[in-house]
Amino acid sequence: MPTVTMHVFRGDARGGDFKEYRVEADPGMVVLDLIHRIQATQATDLAVRWNCKAGKCGSCSAEIDGKPRLMCMTRMDLFNEGEPISVAPIRGFPAIRDLVTDVSYNYVKAKQVPPLRIKPPEPDGTYRMMQEDIDRIQEFHKCIECFLCQDVCHVIRDHEENKRAFAGPRFFIKLASLDMHPLDTVDRSAFVKDAAGVGLCNITKCCTEVCPEHIHITDNAIIPLKERMADEFFDPVVWLLRKFRSKKKQPA
Amino acid sequence: MSARVTAARPPIAAPHLRRDAWWALPLTVVIVLGSFIVYSTWAAFQNAHYWAPPYLSPFYSPCLSATCLHVTFGYGLPEIQLPIIGILSPAFLILWGPGLFRLTCYYYRKAYYRSFWLSPPACALPDAQRRYTGETRFPLVLQNYHRYLWYVAVIFIVLLTWDAVLAFRFPRPAGGTEFGIGVGTLVMWANVILLAGYTFSCHSCRHVCGGHVDVFSKAPTRYRLWHVITRLNEQHPTFAWLSLFSVGLTDLYIRLVSLGVIRDLRII
Ligand code: SF4
Ligand code: SF4
Ligand code: FES
Repeated sequence: MPTVTMHVFRGDARGGDFKEYRVEADPGMVVLDLIHRIQATQATDLAVRWNCKAGKCGSCSAEIDGKPRLMCMTRMDLFNEGEPISVAPIRGFPAIRDLVTDVSYNYVKAKQVPPLRIKPPEPDGTYRMMQEDIDRIQEFHKCIECFLCQDVCHVIRDHEENKRAFAGPRFFIKLASLDMHPLDTVDRSAFVKDAAGVGLCNITKCCTEVCPEHIHITDNAIIPLKERMADEFFDPVVWLLRKFRSKKKQPA
Repeated sequence: MSARVTAARPPIAAPHLRRDAWWALPLTVVIVLGSFIVYSTWAAFQNAHYWAPPYLSPFYSPCLSATCLHVTFGYGLPEIQLPIIGILSPAFLILWGPGLFRLTCYYYRKAYYRSFWLSPPACALPDAQRRYTGETRFPLVLQNYHRYLWYVAVIFIVLLTWDAVLAFRFPRPAGGTEFGIGVGTLVMWANVILLAGYTFSCHSCRHVCGGHVDVFSKAPTRYRLWHVITRLNEQHPTFAWLSLFSVGLTDLYIRLVSLGVIRDLRII
C-alpha cells in the first residue's frame, strides 16, 4: 500500500484539532501500526494508549472514521485507497491528551456493582455446577474492557447527566453474569433498575455493534435484565405468584 | 464520583465523523415500515374484500361481529354490536392486538427509536433527542408490559392457524364444501408459519419459557425450551420483517382475488 493520509486528533480538553500526517503503509498493517509510525517519525509526543496489539487488552480504543474500534484490530485494507482516514479519541469520556481519554467513569461504576455472594456449600463441603448452568454467562466473560460500548452508548455519550444513574452496557453484562450465576444469592433487581438504570437503555444495539469480542450485549444481557426487572416491578401475575413462594435471593 | 469524570470531552467540533452511508438503513426502515402502516390502515378501513372463500384476510380474523362477511368458528356467533362497528370496520377490533405486540417488540423498538426518533439514527451519531429518559417514564415505561401482548399474539397464532386449516375447505358450486389446495392456501400457510416464527422468537417468550431460571440443571424442560427459543430468537429481526411482508401480502392477495383482479389457481 502506498502513502496514506491520516487525520489524527491532537490536543487536550482546552483545545485541539485534527492534524494531517502522510505516512507509508506496508501490507497487512493495522491503524495502530500507522499511529506508531507517525509517533516514531513525525510526532514523537503523540499520546496513544496500547498494550497487547492483539485485541485482548482493550487499551487502544479510538474512533476511526467516526466508528468506535480497536486500533490494533482495524486493518488498513478496510479503507479505500487515497481517502484520508480520521483517528479520534473515544468521545464519550474526558480528554487527557491526543488519543488518550480518562475512562475512570467505568471504574467508578465497576465498584458499585454488588458482587457475587455464593450460597453455602453442599453437605459434602463442595459446590456443583452443571455445564448448562454456566454456558449462558460464559460469553460475558470474554469482555476485554475496551469500553467501546460505553463510549458509543448514546444514553451517556449524548446526555452527560445520565452518567450519574447509568452503569452502561459493559456493566449490564457484568450484572447479567452475576444474576444468572447458579450459586449467587444476591437480589440485584433494585440496583439494576435504579442505580444501573437499565430502563434508560432503548435497546438500539450500538453497544453490540461495536463490541470487538462480539458479545451479544443487548440480546443476551440487557433484554434479559429488562425482563427480570419486569418480573420484579411490572408484572402483577409474577408478583402474585412470588407471594406464595419463598424468596431465594436477598437484597445486596 | 470523582471530579475528573465530568471533566471536558475531547474538543471535536464535528457532530460525527462517519463517512459511510449510515443513513441508508434508517431511511429504508422509514420507507418500508411507513408503507406497511399506510397499507394496513387503508386495508382496515375498507371493510370489504377481505373474504374470498375459503380465504380470510389476517387483518379481519377472527370474526368478532355479526356484520362480518365470514365465519371463523361455524355459525351461531353471538351478535356483538359495538357502536363503532358501524363507523369503523371489524379490523379495528382485531388489529390493536398484533399492532401493540409489534409496537412493543424489542426489535421494532430498536428499529423505530433509530429510524423515526433518531435516538440515535446510527451508532456514534448524535442523538436527536435533547432530553432523554429512555424507557423510564410514561408512556415508554409501558414497554415493560410487552409479555402481555405476547400472550395476546399467541392467541392470534391459534386463530390464524385455524383460518389456514379452513383454507383447505373450498365451497362446492352445488353447495357444501370439499377438500382442496389453492395458491391462497399456500399463501395463508406461509403467512401463519412466518407469524409463528416471529411470535415464538420473541424476547419475552424466551424469558417466560426459561430465561427467568437461574439454575438450568434443576429445570431441564425449561432449559430445553429456552435453548430452542434462543436459536429462533437469533432470527427474530428476520422473522419480524418477513412476517410483516407476509401478513400484508396475504391481505393483498385475498383482496385482489375477492375483487376479481386475479384468479386463485387451484392446485388440487
Ligand atoms: S443498546 Fe442500550 S446500552 Fe447498548 S448502546 Fe444502545 S442504549 Fe446503550
Ligand atoms: S462488552 Fe465488548 S465493547 Fe464493551 S467493554 Fe467489553 S469487550 Fe469492550
Ligand atoms: S492494543 Fe490491546 S486491544 Fe488493542
